[in-house]
Amino acid sequence: MTEIDPAATTSLKNLRVLLWIVAGLAAVIGLLLYAGSAQKNIPASDYASAFGGPFELTAADGSKVTDKTLAGKPYAIFFGFTRCPDVCPTSLARMARLRQQLGDEGMKFNIVFVSVDPEQDKPSDIGSYVELFGTPIIGLTGDDTQLAQIKKGYGVYAKQVPINPAQPQGDYTIDHTAAIYLIGAKGEFVSTIDYHEADSVALDKLRRLIA
Amino acid sequence: MKILSSITLAAAAAVILAGAAPAETNRANTLVIKDGWTRETAQGQTAGGGFMVITNQSARADRLMTGSSTAAAEVQIHTVSMDGGVMRMRQLRDGLTIPANGAVTLKPGSFHIMLMGLKRPLQRGMTVPITLQFERAGSRIVRLAVKPVGATGATGAKGTHHDGD
Ligand SMILES: [Cu+2]
Repeated sequence: MTEIDPAATTSLKNLRVLLWIVAGLAAVIGLLLYAGSAQKNIPASDYASAFGGPFELTAADGSKVTDKTLAGKPYAIFFGFTRCPDVCPTSLARMARLRQQLGDEGMKFNIVFVSVDPEQDKPSDIGSYVELFGTPIIGLTGDDTQLAQIKKGYGVYAKQVPINPAQPQGDYTIDHTAAIYLIGAKGEFVSTIDYHEADSVALDKLRRLIA
Repeated sequence: MKILSSITLAAAAAVILAGAAPAETNRANTLVIKDGWTRETAQGQTAGGGFMVITNQSARADRLMTGSSTAAAEVQIHTVSMDGGVMRMRQLRDGLTIPANGAVTLKPGSFHIMLMGLKRPLQRGMTVPITLQFERAGSRIVRLAVKPVGATGATGAKGTHHDGD
């Protein structure tokens, strides 16, 4: 029973440490809340640097397109490849349809398609691919380094994988993020449109994007 | 994994069965393929998906094993999954089971035929014949109607309903 005393001191010490931790946490949470409320006041240009960031890609005609080229008008950007069986044509056709539904407002944002398959998709291929959709779409691609940069900036997952796992050297497909990113005129992240989302929800998001 | 291994088992059993009874002898019209379609493709786009409804009116399951087409270097059977917002396409190496007295719909976002290595772009209004090889029903010719790129089904040019599943 003599051990009670040191045990009690230890638990007192523990309590003191715990209190400091709680106080510390409260301070951190307070700061975070403050930062959260202050975020609204951060200029969009600063905010943009946290998402997306600079990138440089090549358009169908061989010209360079950067984050700065696209700035000044909101855009909906989607990543894929022309041999994509479904998600890519479905998503791009959907964007074309939604744009049509917005009427005159529909041209207040750009639609951007980035091929993450430079091995297969040459800039001119991407150009003829996006032309299928009957509405202006900016088709882009880049070399591995350029694509790695924009993928990182946008948090896009895209990975080349063999279609048949038993033939790792055989033909490949590309697993990739299917979301459409909505980017404001200053390059700031606004929202995403998910593949399974209803058109009405997507339309609301686009209206907010161009408002 | 359970599903995979049972598919493998079924495939193994099927191979044995196929070996025992030549599939070509069973040409009874119990396998019906309808609404074959595909999407138009652009120059430089070397692959396209093929979609259709396969109905098996027999009391025994069948299996789509492989296919071929003069329009493409290779015809494969694929499936697509959407997990965590990431699209993944994979080849069904053991084929696609068409259940007894059942139907399987090949459609965007799901099972599909993949025309790999297109010899020339598929143009709207064209028809692409493909030969599908079934384990029991033998070979069947399907004509895929080439639809606008925005099509989501065999009927209607645009497809007003977004079919998510
Ligand atoms: Cu496929």
